[in-house]
Amino acid sequence: MAAVSAPSDSAAPPVRPRFGRLSDRALVWTFLTPTMLLLLGIAVFPLLWSLYLSFTKFSVINDANTGPTWIGTKNFERLLNDPDVWLRFTTTARFVIPAVAIELLLGFGLALLLNRKFGGRGLLMTLMLIPMMLSPLIVALFWNYMYQPSTGIIDYWLHDVFGLPQILWTTDLNTAMWSLVLVDVWQWTPFIMLIALAGLSAVPKYLYEAAEVDRASGWFKFRNITLPLVTPLLLIAILFRLMDSYRMFDQAYALNISGNVNQVLSVYLYQMAFRDFNTGKGSALGYIMLVVIIALANLLIRVLNGLKAEQV
Amino acid sequence: MAVTDTPARPTSGTAPAQAAVRTARPINWPTLLGDLAARLALGVALVFFLFPLAWMLITSVKARSEVTLLPPRYVPFVDFQPVADNYQAVFTKASELGGVNAGANGAGQISDFPAHLFNSVLIAGGATVLAVLLGTLAAYAFSRFRIKGESDLLFFILSTRMLPPIVVLIPIFLMFTKPFGFLEGMAAGMGAGGFKDFLLNASHVSLRENYIGITLLYTTFGLPFVVWMMKGFFDEIPKEYEEAAMLDGYSRVEAIGKFVLPEALPAMLATAVFVLITAWNEFVFVQILNPSQATTVPPFLYAIIGYGQLEWGRMAATSVVFLLPVVIFTFAVRNHLLRGVTFGAVRR
Repeated sequence: MAAVSAPSDSAAPPVRPRFGRLSDRALVWTFLTPTMLLLLGIAVFPLLWSLYLSFTKFSVINDANTGPTWIGTKNFERLLNDPDVWLRFTTTARFVIPAVAIELLLGFGLALLLNRKFGGRGLLMTLMLIPMMLSPLIVALFWNYMYQPSTGIIDYWLHDVFGLPQILWTTDLNTAMWSLVLVDVWQWTPFIMLIALAGLSAVPKYLYEAAEVDRASGWFKFRNITLPLVTPLLLIAILFRLMDSYRMFDQAYALNISGNVNQVLSVYLYQMAFRDFNTGKGSALGYIMLVVIIALANLLIRVLNGLKAEQV
Repeated sequence: MAVTDTPARPTSGTAPAQAAVRTARPINWPTLLGDLAARLALGVALVFFLFPLAWMLITSVKARSEVTLLPPRYVPFVDFQPVADNYQAVFTKASELGGVNAGANGAGQISDFPAHLFNSVLIAGGATVLAVLLGTLAAYAFSRFRIKGESDLLFFILSTRMLPPIVVLIPIFLMFTKPFGFLEGMAAGMGAGGFKDFLLNASHVSLRENYIGITLLYTTFGLPFVVWMMKGFFDEIPKEYEEAAMLDGYSRVEAIGKFVLPEALPAMLATAVFVLITAWNEFVFVQILNPSQATTVPPFLYAIIGYGQLEWGRMAATSVVFLLPVVIFTFAVRNHLLRGVTFGAVRR
């Protein structure tokens, strides 16, 4: 390659660079272009296309030859006046709010309990990571096995051992949503727990020692030292969980709980677009979902920044 | 509770009798009860979180007749005789011909699972390597050079990850069906010839039902994460690191290859875990885009249960086999995991 044979010692600098000296500008371009092209091509362009489709009447199956027909905002008008759509929004809220709330309480509580040294802590933390690594689809399928009435293990313990009335977990309209919440809680509480633990271990010890000197109560220490310092991180965790559970699809699809009242938005959208092939209308609903989540995320980020500013 | 309860020191040099009273003080019941309650709560929570995992392992070694048997059998070798039938059914067609226990007719034939696993490895692995490589380079550029509108670009990259995937599924489906369909129109306006044929052929290319489309898609899903994570890591490696190397006569590209990338390798691996897990477990895109060709394991798993066969034992065994590679990879690089799950928000 190089005219001057380089010494075998690789640490010695070469006499002449073997690669042409790319100017920094060219380097930046080379490094950024592939990433940007992929993001523009596979993330942004489809989004713009779906924005266009949301203003058209189009079905991939029926209108394959004619193409989309422009109908203005009719899709949006129809969707926003459709009680079925509002029902899905309430249903999604009935899933997201309890799931994230329970995960927060349980995860933070567990973090408080685990925030001290004891034997087997490392192993325990490692095991707690596994639910997050599992495919949400597999988790839901496996919980479905445990939920089975009269053959599943949950029903066995609650009904046969403790004598509680039998619960038809996935088919009873009133409990179906809770069985979905439970699956989500099982898989994602460890996530909140991990983040809360990171926050707890970052609280400086001297703050507690100072409070100790003043003979502050446990509650006082929790309320005035622990909570304010962990809250910003917890809010980030909540933001992640809210966004993820809002768009949750796999678990709901795999658990296949009964009833239109229990159908979350993403499953509704999936059916609209890929079972009924209402492509245009589906795109419009997708955009409505998008606007809602962006508004919610912005709100949370503002709260987060407000809290950070307070601390400085 | 967490603070060790040292016996309170007498405030000044007091009589020894007082110290004796101190040591014989009564048991602090509220603290003891609180501690007990805490341990109990922890125990219950651990059972809740760990039992399903254990149950999956146990179910995977049960004979078909025992999977739905009540009262449940928990301990292999004690409560029930573990069998390898389900694992055999994962890799051979034993179960498809009359059930796991019925016969060895299909036992010699390889099942569809290995082919799906191979697809998963190729697609998820390929996407992970691509995303980490491309994303790391982009992150390096963002970290080391002044780029016009840098923060806007970074936010744009992040925002592509906030989208509910189900929203982009429709346009991706349309786009992947005929990504170069517009070439047809271009070709129509041309005289016959080699170039026209080329355009026409190109216009019929599809990104569905093959490896390329889905791999590029998963790469794109992973990129924002890699760029954000790796930028954080590069920001922590001082600039002087490669500047010193460049003073020694290395070009920047060489300095990156020889000094920066080796330094960043642990971070790259930790980042890779998350890209891998996401791609490995993804279900709905591959279900829609690749229903019959280049299909990964999740749709295959869904088919085992979703269409009413209810082969729980086989499903559990398949899940365990499918989970293993990811678990091994994750534990190998677990030191940076926390930072990963929080998108770089937690540094440790």
